[in-house]
Amino acid sequence: MATSTNLEAPPAGAAEAGGAGVAALITEAPVPHPTLARTFAAMMAREFRVLRRNAVATFTRAVMQPLLFVFVFAYVFPKIGGGFMLGGAAGGAARAGAAASGVNFATILVPGLMASMLLMQGIMAVTFPLVMEFSWQRTIEDRALAPVPIRVLAVQKISAGAVQSFIGALIVFPIVLLVHASGQAPSVHVTNWALFALILVAASMLTAALGLLLGTIMDPRKMQMLFAVILLPATMLGCVYYPWSALHSIRWLQILVLVNPMVYMSEGLRAVLTPELGHMPLWAVLLVLIGGSVVFGYLGARTFRNRVLN
Amino acid sequence: MTHASAQLMRTGLPDAEAAIRTEDLRKTYKTSRGDVQAVRGIDLDVPSGEFFGLLGPNGAGKSTTIGMLTTLVLPTGGRAWVAGVDVVGDPVAVKRRIGVVTQNNTLDMQLTVAENLEFRSRFFGLGAREAGRRAEQLLDAFGLADRRRAMATDLSGGQARRLLIARALVHRPDVLFLDEPTAGLDPQTRVNLWDILRVLHDQGQTILLTTHYMEEAEALCDRVAVIDHGRVLAAGTVDDLKQSTGADTVITVRYESAVPDGLAGKAGITGRPGISKIETDGDQVRVFTREPDGVLGELVAAGARDGLHVRDAAQLKPSLETVFLTLTGREYRE
Ligand SMILES: Nc1ncnc2c1ncn2[C@@H]1O[C@H](COP(=O)(O)OP(=O)(O)OP(=O)(O)O)[C@@H](O)[C@H]1O
Ligand SMILES: [Mg+2]
Repeated sequence: MATSTNLEAPPAGAAEAGGAGVAALITEAPVPHPTLARTFAAMMAREFRVLRRNAVATFTRAVMQPLLFVFVFAYVFPKIGGGFMLGGAAGGAARAGAAASGVNFATILVPGLMASMLLMQGIMAVTFPLVMEFSWQRTIEDRALAPVPIRVLAVQKISAGAVQSFIGALIVFPIVLLVHASGQAPSVHVTNWALFALILVAASMLTAALGLLLGTIMDPRKMQMLFAVILLPATMLGCVYYPWSALHSIRWLQILVLVNPMVYMSEGLRAVLTPELGHMPLWAVLLVLIGGSVVFGYLGARTFRNRVLN
Repeated sequence: MTHASAQLMRTGLPDAEAAIRTEDLRKTYKTSRGDVQAVRGIDLDVPSGEFFGLLGPNGAGKSTTIGMLTTLVLPTGGRAWVAGVDVVGDPVAVKRRIGVVTQNNTLDMQLTVAENLEFRSRFFGLGAREAGRRAEQLLDAFGLADRRRAMATDLSGGQARRLLIARALVHRPDVLFLDEPTAGLDPQTRVNLWDILRVLHDQGQTILLTTHYMEEAEALCDRVAVIDHGRVLAAGTVDDLKQSTGADTVITVRYESAVPDGLAGKAGITGRPGISKIETDGDQVRVFTREPDGVLGELVAAGARDGLHVRDAAQLKPSLETVFLTLTGREYRE
């Protein structure tokens, strides 16, 4: 085989290498052995590389929301005499709970805030990049040409999003423990670590799967709708600021919010973090979190495949 | 050989020799505004080691065809094999064997130049260290070494093209697909890219390239298929095509107003030896001939006698352009 060393015009900027360098790309190529596991691992490694590069932005995004919430609700309100405003919610919560004495709003807020972070981070980590990748240059085609089925790519996107969502939820912990007015520390303690981990993982998967589904069905030109139609209602009506049981006085709302996956995240975390406040039955929580991950994951993977393949 | 392929066609078995084979490949896109028949039955047979060109104007169906061969577009009819593997039956096996340069810039914009190559190598199963070495090798060969730490977003058009091609080569694919790799590049950069592609071809790399530049197909390809409206109009070597369909010189004269009947006759052109076709359409006359001498002048003179002024005139020597004109009766506009 001829090695063309005497090219008339060497490639621009490649003068030093010339044709021989290009020829060697073929003659001296490593033999690749792609496996599903290796490709998957490489894709995850790529996500972490990007995450590390954007560490400051990602961290800021993950910290600001819980920090401000906790500051206002656990520091500012107690200081300015939040009795008139928060007495109702905390009182209702206390009545709903079994052990009513000494429950402050921070205690109610911790599980809710974690759930809210799960959703925010899950969607930010999956939906936004996906919408970009599907936009006019369709950079998604880069990953779609990797030697794995398209649905594996979908699972990989969910997994990467779930990791970010998981970390986002954990960030809430140090913040709530550090930021509060004196005497307003939340009383949270993990009763069952295995259950806590299971609920967090399932909830992370659920939000990431939801993120994938939204990212594949959303019209990129209507991204603002995401906040108005999904994120805001899901959070406000997601039992973030009040336990589900406290809604019994508005029965229709209590039933209506059951369609909101956020409710099960908040309540599930309540069950393991502040069980004395009362919470939805655990079987219902686990059923929805795990079942929801599977259903949204399946639907998301399907719409994803349909978007990737024309 | 021809007999053997005919045999294979009948049994429907993939030809072991063929790097790319399609049988009546079709794609109809369903859109809200109705169906778009982008590819309407294409048969290709590209042997291993060939540099094959798909030449056609905008919207001809080139990208759709490449999309189907690279598993990203699902065919709605017919079949296709790449490296002997059915593209619908086993897309993952096909993806392992192909390198693809898409028409749009699909570089990973979140990564640096070097990382684009490293991670692509790792997607194809190389270890991190091996991937790093391969990336360096590719960066050097493509003259991108001094840009290795730049973000992919910061590359010029020509650099991005080179990186896209480098990235398609990380795993030494059996078949390299290039969808309009030189579109939008300045002439010098284009010629440099051609040189790279020629070296790859010399090393035995099978390449399928689409282009709407005639001269690119002429300069690079062993064989070309001219496609338009989703169909192959003609296929063969550039010389074959010129011999068979485009051996004529095409002379086009446009006048300032509509051409009266019989102008060509008055010009004394009809019936002359070498003429294969005369078309009169509105304000223009087009003559396909093997003996072009004097034709243009007589058309101009005959028009002048009838008070017709010439707006513009062109005489095209046999080329892919005249092939296209002969096959479609339409001008090939880039
Ligand atoms: N995703 C799609 N949905 C609907 N129609 C499409 C889609 N992609 C392409 N088409 C249509 O199919 C036809 C062929 O398009 P294709 O992109 O294959 O052409 P092409 O030869 O690559 O053109 P170009 O030189 O402009 O890249 C065009 O009419 C185009 O509008
Ligand atoms: Mg195209």
